[in-house]
Amino acid sequence: MTAIDERRDTAADGPAPEIGKSRKRKEDAHLITGRTTWTDNMVLPGMVHLAILRSPMAHARITAIDVSAALSRPGVLAAYTGRDFADTQGSIPCAWPVTPDMVNPGHPSLAVDQVNHVGEAVAVVVARDKTAAQDALEAIDIDYEQLPVVLDMERALAPDADLVHGHTESNRSFTWIFESGAAGTGAPIEEVLGQAEVTLSRRFLQQRLIPAFMEPRSTVVQPDGEGFVMWSATQVPHILRTMLALTLSVPEHKVRVIAPDVGGGFGGKLQVTPEEVITALVARKLGKPAKYTESRSESLMSAHHGRDQIQDITITARRDGTVTGLDVHLYADMGAYLRLVSPGVPVLGAFMFNSIYKFDAYRFVCEGVFTTKTPTDAYRGAGRPEATFAIERIMDELAVELGMDRMELRRKNWIRHEEFPFTTVAGLTYDSGNYEAATDRALELFGWDDLVAEQADRRARRDPVQLGLGISTFTEMCGLAPSRVLGSLSYAAGGWENATIRMLATGKVEVVTGTSPHGQGHETAWSQIVADQLGVPFEDVEVIHGDTQSSPRGLDSYGSRSLVVGGIAIVNAAQKVVAKARRLAAHLLEASEDDLDFANGSFTVKGAPGNSKSMAELAFAVFSAHDLPEGMEPSLDADATFDPENFSFPHGTHLCALEVDTETGFSTIRRYVCVDDIGEVINPLIVEGQVHGGLAQGIAQALYEEAVYDDEGNLTTGSFVDYLLPSAADLPNFITDRTVSRSTTNPLGVKGVGEAGTIASTPAVVNAVVDALRPWGITDVQMPCTPERVWRAIAQGAEKSERDPGGTVSWGGASTSSSDGSGADDTFADGSGAGSTDSSEGSQR
Amino acid sequence: MIPAAFDYLKPSSLSEAVQAYAAAGEDAKLLAGGQSLLPILRLRLAYPELVVDLGGLAELTGVSDDGDAILIGAMTTHADIASDPLIKQHAPLIAQATETVADRQVRHRGTFGGSLAHADPAGDLPAVALALEAELRVHGPRGERSIAARDFFLDYLTTSMQPGEILTAIRVPKLGEGWSTHYEKLNRVAQAWSIVAVAAAVHRSNGTITEARIGLTNMGSTPLRATASEQALAGAPATEESVASASASAAEGTSPPSDLSAKADYRAHLATVLTRRAVRHAAGI
Repeated sequence: MTAIDERRDTAADGPAPEIGKSRKRKEDAHLITGRTTWTDNMVLPGMVHLAILRSPMAHARITAIDVSAALSRPGVLAAYTGRDFADTQGSIPCAWPVTPDMVNPGHPSLAVDQVNHVGEAVAVVVARDKTAAQDALEAIDIDYEQLPVVLDMERALAPDADLVHGHTESNRSFTWIFESGAAGTGAPIEEVLGQAEVTLSRRFLQQRLIPAFMEPRSTVVQPDGEGFVMWSATQVPHILRTMLALTLSVPEHKVRVIAPDVGGGFGGKLQVTPEEVITALVARKLGKPAKYTESRSESLMSAHHGRDQIQDITITARRDGTVTGLDVHLYADMGAYLRLVSPGVPVLGAFMFNSIYKFDAYRFVCEGVFTTKTPTDAYRGAGRPEATFAIERIMDELAVELGMDRMELRRKNWIRHEEFPFTTVAGLTYDSGNYEAATDRALELFGWDDLVAEQADRRARRDPVQLGLGISTFTEMCGLAPSRVLGSLSYAAGGWENATIRMLATGKVEVVTGTSPHGQGHETAWSQIVADQLGVPFEDVEVIHGDTQSSPRGLDSYGSRSLVVGGIAIVNAAQKVVAKARRLAAHLLEASEDDLDFANGSFTVKGAPGNSKSMAELAFAVFSAHDLPEGMEPSLDADATFDPENFSFPHGTHLCALEVDTETGFSTIRRYVCVDDIGEVINPLIVEGQVHGGLAQGIAQALYEEAVYDDEGNLTTGSFVDYLLPSAADLPNFITDRTVSRSTTNPLGVKGVGEAGTIASTPAVVNAVVDALRPWGITDVQMPCTPERVWRAIAQGAEKSERDPGGTVSWGGASTSSSDGSGADDTFADGSGAGSTDSSEGSQR
Repeated sequence: MIPAAFDYLKPSSLSEAVQAYAAAGEDAKLLAGGQSLLPILRLRLAYPELVVDLGGLAELTGVSDDGDAILIGAMTTHADIASDPLIKQHAPLIAQATETVADRQVRHRGTFGGSLAHADPAGDLPAVALALEAELRVHGPRGERSIAARDFFLDYLTTSMQPGEILTAIRVPKLGEGWSTHYEKLNRVAQAWSIVAVAAAVHRSNGTITEARIGLTNMGSTPLRATASEQALAGAPATEESVASASASAAEGTSPPSDLSAKADYRAHLATVLTRRAVRHAAGI
């Protein structure tokens, strides 16, 4: 179910506002029916096709490479190795040097002397068609001299560790530290740790994930004089243009980047990819348009991955449950190279571990580590899901330790609604929120008390199917980002967004946005905003995006920023248009500007209702320009650039009831309730879609997805047979609702929703799994909580499941330690577990 | 990815298909529904010189009554199988297992015969064919012959079909009075392969299980029968306790694989749990 806002007053004589309407997305018909141009559909005259040979080795020197046999294959025009581009390819840029001494080893697009992960590009074949290029890859001869693989982050940091990059001193890229005492945002952490009444430490593992966007990456490059035009399946055409200009030393004004319709990204297309650079290099070298489209296998092993952290977290509290200190240490796997924002991803989490709770002191230390694996970078939530997971998991553990109700512990420590705006121990100021309201609504929808009773009954009966209840009361920082904050974090770019509104002669409206939708529905939502602002019909608004020539200024779409930053730029531009129109209307109506009312797209003289000018009339008056106010230029068009003062802070309460078949270990989500507070909503239907997709992705981290490397550094989850994405068949009907606490930092009162579901849902699900298994004394199950892991956890009891030696992380099981505490009380003390007979509900799907 | 180049032939008669396939020898592959072959070709795990497409052979599709058995054309799609009235009536185990195969798209392309001939022990239908004691009819250069399901699956992706032989039909004995069946499957997501699955056919007379046939999916390099459990169930009282006790030996004699989805010991455990559940469901206990 979805709450529909009924609160708005509609003007008695005008149409209902567009904002708040569940409009179906205007872009969907052409996207769904394929009547559109994906990058791979592009065909240019004389276009050549690329195929890329990728390293089968995780870590090796290239001692010999010979492409001559490939050149003699039918249809082949050229073949290149990294050596051919060694002087021109530059380095894939890293725009986020998080510390002054961060080590960036450089990232060739095409490996020159050495490969550092499986799937790294080592040679490229150019042919008249894609098939010929693909076939000729087999003729390339390469000798590799194997180097020791580096897979384990903790071992990689040992003094005698094998190095990923021989020219660096260690596998450490950076150590980034925040400490509340030093920052002046709270007490010194050591002081608080030293005085703690209760101290609880846990190690949580964030498995490596693959963004797995629907449309594989594809790039077409047309050389054009000194420069080139690039079409690419990217979510960041503007950033890509600037970075390509810098990387390839081509003047920026000679580079045009176009993101046509793009089929998903989830952060995975927030990148300057080696494949984009290679396609540009080849096209420019041959003077011919060139296309490269990856296969799904290539995508899984070479497009950047996400997450992959070891989280050591310590929480301290008074015995009454008041939390006092939070001490976080992360190892963050960068993979083999630094890509666009790789180091910044864990650092974005630095401000979110304290979440909605009031701590006296906080420390965050993150070590970025190189390994011989695919580089990591942004993936839906980027840093914040990791933080939310750790805090929400350890709050549950603390509640068990203290013998407190889990929700009561949260209530006792969260920021009360009357305390906003509230500056946290991490130094962020949360503008608004009401955790009580969202939680109360969620508990009501969930039927908490009944489920608690059912859980108790199943435990008492030792039912083979146990019930677990999971909580996640989360917040996130969205709307990336205030430029001054990005500057303070050493990010190279700003966080503003741009919009232009053009009034056409017939009263139709073009909105040019710097956001770059790749599935979000901006064309619909932006039209709704503009329709209300200008009083024009929704259908009369066209949204233009994704081409650096037609939409020259922008910082693109990621980090739940498009509405919160780009939407506000549109509002500001619209207000400038209205101001210009008001001046013209006053002139034509022979009235003072102050005497005009503007409603429903018309200016009316106060007290003379028949005397009016519509936006369409004014647009035509400007087009003809026969009678304008003295000195007014013949244009109503306006441009605005908006730089937010603050992040926005959506929050919500997610509750998960999950059945664990203790005989098989199989988990089934029985009920999932989320009440999100994302401020005001432009289009409830789009929001619902974002929440559903986000939940699916977050639940997938909890239960299904994991990129696994074997001990030779091969990605063993190299297809969707092994990298498991859930479908609708695997997920419950979500029960969703919203509360509305307006953001106070932007005129629409909006907060962003692109990442909420993903950030919130993972800990809700894992908390539910662990809750179901508490009677066995189990305190953690490693993600994804596969049936086998759950079964082994039960079989082995509290003393933890063994880490699969071939897994992503070969550093052994999670270690835990805790001080005294009352602990759980209803354990299956005989260790025998639940009974072994079936109940009628006992079978899995 | 793009498959390596191959020649393609779509015969319009079975004899033409047999002739072409036999003539090409080991360099040829048969294309049924393509749900296993095409991924293999696209990943370049196989390089056939000739692909013989059986899609034009209408005589290989459909289900017919054959006296004490039903006869299923090898090229009948999963979707057609799952909704076929003869199968629902006489071999509901096939319908039930087929409905769990992958996803709707795959079921509309994939075929019953293709799944058996591919002989992937993780596939759902080989164990079902084994439990139902089906007979597989093959046509080859030397004519037609029948192979019992127990003799058909030799090893991982390997059957007892000779070079040049094509699976044309599957004869499934009708289960008579007193028989009932159930397919019990554990997979991680709906479209994933089975980690383990169990196909059970149980004959019950009064309070006794007179006979049980239990096929195991993904418990070895071929589909297997849970022989020890079958023996323990024969003549056992139809009670929870005796089923549980008999199911405890379901993994006896198997050699389950260890892979990303599960290690062998977990599979062995699952075999006992799923056998117990499948037999209980089938026997209505």
